[in-house]
Amino acid sequence: MELKVTFISGRTVDQGCNLENKTSKAYFEAAGYCEMNSADAGRISVEPGNNVKVATDFGSVVVPLKICEGNPDGLIFIPMGPWANAVVDPNTSGCGMPGFKGIPAVVEPSSEEALTMKQLMARLK
Amino acid sequence: MIIKDVLCPFCGCLCDDLAVEVVDNKVVDVKHACKIGASKIRGHDRIKAPMMRDDKKGEFREVSYDEAINESAKILANSKRPLLYGWASGVCEMMKKGVLLTEEVGGIIDNTASVCHGPSALGVHEKGLPTGTLGQFANRADVVVFWGCNPVQAHPRHMGRYSVFTKGFFANKGRRSRKVVVFDVRKTDTANLADEYVQVNPGEDYMVLSALRAIVAEKGDVVPETVGGVPKEKLVEVAETMKGAQFGIVYFGMGLTQSRGKYKNIDNAVSLVTELNAHGKHSIIPMRGHYNVTGFGQVCAWETGFVNAVDMSRGYPYYNPGETCSNDLLMREEIDAAFIIAGDAGAHFPAQSIARMGKVPVINIDPFHSASTEMANIVIPTKVSGVELEGTAYRMDGVSLRMRKLVDVDFPSDEEVLDKIIAKVQEIKGASS
Repeated sequence: MELKVTFISGRTVDQGCNLENKTSKAYFEAAGYCEMNSADAGRISVEPGNNVKVATDFGSVVVPLKICEGNPDGLIFIPMGPWANAVVDPNTSGCGMPGFKGIPAVVEPSSEEALTMKQLMARLK
Repeated sequence: MIIKDVLCPFCGCLCDDLAVEVVDNKVVDVKHACKIGASKIRGHDRIKAPMMRDDKKGEFREVSYDEAINESAKILANSKRPLLYGWASGVCEMMKKGVLLTEEVGGIIDNTASVCHGPSALGVHEKGLPTGTLGQFANRADVVVFWGCNPVQAHPRHMGRYSVFTKGFFANKGRRSRKVVVFDVRKTDTANLADEYVQVNPGEDYMVLSALRAIVAEKGDVVPETVGGVPKEKLVEVAETMKGAQFGIVYFGMGLTQSRGKYKNIDNAVSLVTELNAHGKHSIIPMRGHYNVTGFGQVCAWETGFVNAVDMSRGYPYYNPGETCSNDLLMREEIDAAFIIAGDAGAHFPAQSIARMGKVPVINIDPFHSASTEMANIVIPTKVSGVELEGTAYRMDGVSLRMRKLVDVDFPSDEEVLDKIIAKVQEIKGASS
């Protein structure tokens, strides 16, 4: 069971509060989640707190789900940070800026654990 | 002791009305700040001493400042294509030294705008920027547009102090003096406070901007019934609101710079505002993130002629975003060393770019354990600018303000560390030439 969506990343207050606290559980909770509306969550039968796997052409990441009714159907949001970075588009289209928003993605329920910041970074070295 | 009129070293709002209570050289209370600013000034767990490791997968060992600085200088002096990235969470005084260090090592200096408002700089190169100061906007604006930005979450006091709720000289009824329009791909907390919310399909802002330009120019007959997911009727209504402003202001954010079109979105948004100036007074301004990211643009421009992504390898400044921006350099695997200071590439670059950092020596100058620290071989803790160090910073509108020191600590400043690295690099390079 999977859903084709568009992924965006962005700031939140809690992500900002923990920018200098990145090894903490608070940062993990502030930046390591995926938001979608309840209709989309229903389409893949996931409840808030359940883990979902978000995959794009550039990678995948497992994070818990949060509901945000402000998101239109088919739009998911992950706060900027290591979790979002696992799926963003590194191509800059010749202007220096990677694609942090508007990336086609597939989201599905997952039984895998979400990784911490340190675990995510360990995958890159 | 209560220190008044403290400046907040978090976001580009650079709020300057904080009151911080300091007892026994410790911050015990922060008043008037937003949740993020208060969190920043109250502080978090520090890196206690310089650390080094040869293997990035291994454990760090504590070393002296001299050892960490000398090893950093060796890496930079001996690398062919070092990237010196970050620079936004520091004061202008350290940025100047950063440009000097880059010149000494023939490296590339790039700042966090690279993944933030770098495309805005490109848009401004194309079209200029009809802009002003936050004070002017607070006093005058009667139509306020937020496009692809969400100040409730990213600049929490912006709407209160500068853009929406504040009472100004002309906009003297505060919120009631202003019409607020939000363009976004989702109904954000900012959109919930607006008079008009215009939901744009992801990646289709450029088209919506073009449609508004056509309507403002009275060529609405060429606009299709729906553009970017927005009904023409709604676009006509919003265009009329914008045209009817005595003083209109467009605040824009990553919704334009990071989505499809990137700098072309900014180019088009500036064109819209330029054309609106035929009808009233209109301005546009990027919502800058780090408190002194604007300052880096200023310092880098007066030192090199360019605002970011400056390559010094030729012996003179060379700027070509798309070639000399951090992510382009990392993805092309050109970088053979990275120096990350006052910014966190590890947390805010795509994973593929960071993986390149995993293959080269990384020096991380930061008060706190960041995601870049995880990728580092050498870590040097420094003072927190604006809390433990005074210096100059530029607000998002280019107004320079003096950051204050609130407490004393034993850590060196970024500038002191940079001075020592520069001296050591000069010594190494001098000996080998």
